[in-house]
Amino acid sequence: MKPQTRKTYVSKTVAGLKPSGIRRFFDLASSMDGVISLGVGEPDFVTSWSIREASILSLEQGYTSYTANAGLLELRQEIAAYLRRKFHVDYCPETEILVTVGASQAIDLALRAIINPGDEVIIVEPSFVAYEPLVVLAGGKPVAVCTSGEDKFQLNPVHLERAITERTKAVIICSPNNPTGTVQSRTELEAIARLAEAHDLLVIADEIYAELTYEGEYTSMAAVSGMRERTILISGFSKGFAMTGWRLGFAAAPDEILQAMLKIHQYAMMCAPTMAQYGALEALRSGERDVAEMRNSYRRRRNYFVASLNEIGLPCHLPGGAFYAFPSIKPTGLTSEQFAERLLIEEKVAVVPGNVFGQSGEGYIRCSYASSLEQLQEAIKRMKRFLARL
Amino acid sequence: MKLSEKELEIIEILEKDARTPIDVLAKMIDLPVEETEALVRKLEEAKVIVQYTALIDWRKADGREGVTAMIDVKVTPKRGVGFDEVAERIYRFPEVKSVYLMSGAYDLSVVIEGRSMAEIAQFVSEKLSTLDSVISTTTHFILKKYKHDGIVFDQGDQDRRIVVSP
Repeated sequence: MKPQTRKTYVSKTVAGLKPSGIRRFFDLASSMDGVISLGVGEPDFVTSWSIREASILSLEQGYTSYTANAGLLELRQEIAAYLRRKFHVDYCPETEILVTVGASQAIDLALRAIINPGDEVIIVEPSFVAYEPLVVLAGGKPVAVCTSGEDKFQLNPVHLERAITERTKAVIICSPNNPTGTVQSRTELEAIARLAEAHDLLVIADEIYAELTYEGEYTSMAAVSGMRERTILISGFSKGFAMTGWRLGFAAAPDEILQAMLKIHQYAMMCAPTMAQYGALEALRSGERDVAEMRNSYRRRRNYFVASLNEIGLPCHLPGGAFYAFPSIKPTGLTSEQFAERLLIEEKVAVVPGNVFGQSGEGYIRCSYASSLEQLQEAIKRMKRFLARL
Repeated sequence: MKLSEKELEIIEILEKDARTPIDVLAKMIDLPVEETEALVRKLEEAKVIVQYTALIDWRKADGREGVTAMIDVKVTPKRGVGFDEVAERIYRFPEVKSVYLMSGAYDLSVVIEGRSMAEIAQFVSEKLSTLDSVISTTTHFILKKYKHDGIVFDQGDQDRRIVVSP
């Protein structure tokens, strides 16, 4: 006999997840023509030809089988050398580096490898949209610590300490930050480090935008004294090397944690795509010049775009990295959703409302300046017109 | 001439797009407009910025397609003035677009643009080959331009990214 009502097949955890707010805007924006998109979270450069060429060559040579679960040893060795060269941190390529399918998978693995049911994970907000759901999916409890525009979105260690409880397992930080572009200063990182030590916490450091830091030398969380042992360093090739579609990231962490991550990875993913790994190998060997050129280009566009936002009446701090400006729309009196929706419909400029990055993003919008200068100029013109009408 | 960091930024930006408006340029390098203008003027006066040109795809202008030839020229250098004198005699012709002194099998590389192959043939046989110092010339006609001065001709520049992404 058939049951009267059909049970839902979807797990309660998944059913309870909110769909990404970015998705809603994507659907709306992609149904319209002539949209200038400042909503993209990826470089406007195509991957350098030498990288693409290396990947094509790997296919021509027939490298189409699985690699080691942790990734090509050659690539892990290059990653270790890169981390040493760039960020002055030492990892053993055999046991402490894992090649993943994008940095997002590395974050997922890190969380699944460390969380026991009910463990709390502190997320510094505004934050990348995936952190919170990934913590929930791993069985943990996300705890938000807000930063504010007045502090240029630098994390206040006092606020962080207040959020730490007996159950706190880890803190996720992203520097340069998506969506604010804020780079955590060395002093801030050291303050976080002291708290992590005092409360025996892990830090998941999402450093995917590290290559796109505009001023001064980048400080990796793992390079702060005492932190190598309690940091899971996450990075990848998407942003700095303009390789978003390749889905190639990596994690570096102390042996014990990395091996736990590897265990999940080998069952869930087996290994990252081989041809992408060969491309990444070339990126690390010869990509530095291209990265520097792209960084320069972003920096100039940032200068132009942020100065223009301030000029038209959307106050914005100068972001130290990534390719996002995060201006305040508070002077308009609109919510970030209302602002983004009306700007899209009335002037065909797509931006992402700040509230999708957490409650502290309300009152702001995320604008990616990874677009041509002409597009940015046109976007500013339209935004100015829009503001004049409000 | 030692250029400042800002001056280097200016020429890098203008080399890519000479039409970048001065107020945009000023914001990009984070200087006031007047100061930026003064720097650009200084770079122009010092001939660091030699000229502002447009890269034209002449194939798209009907009847104006033209012909470009690269000519390898062997010459006898003259005492005291080396290759400079003969190079100057060549580059003064308006048909000549560029002249380079080369190492290797020949001495000067001369790029010529003309309306037709016949016009170029005439220039080579009547003007270039008859110069005193010229020993021989080898003419190569350019059949198609794929990339010129770092710019790829006919490159689709559409944005393949989805409109909104994380």
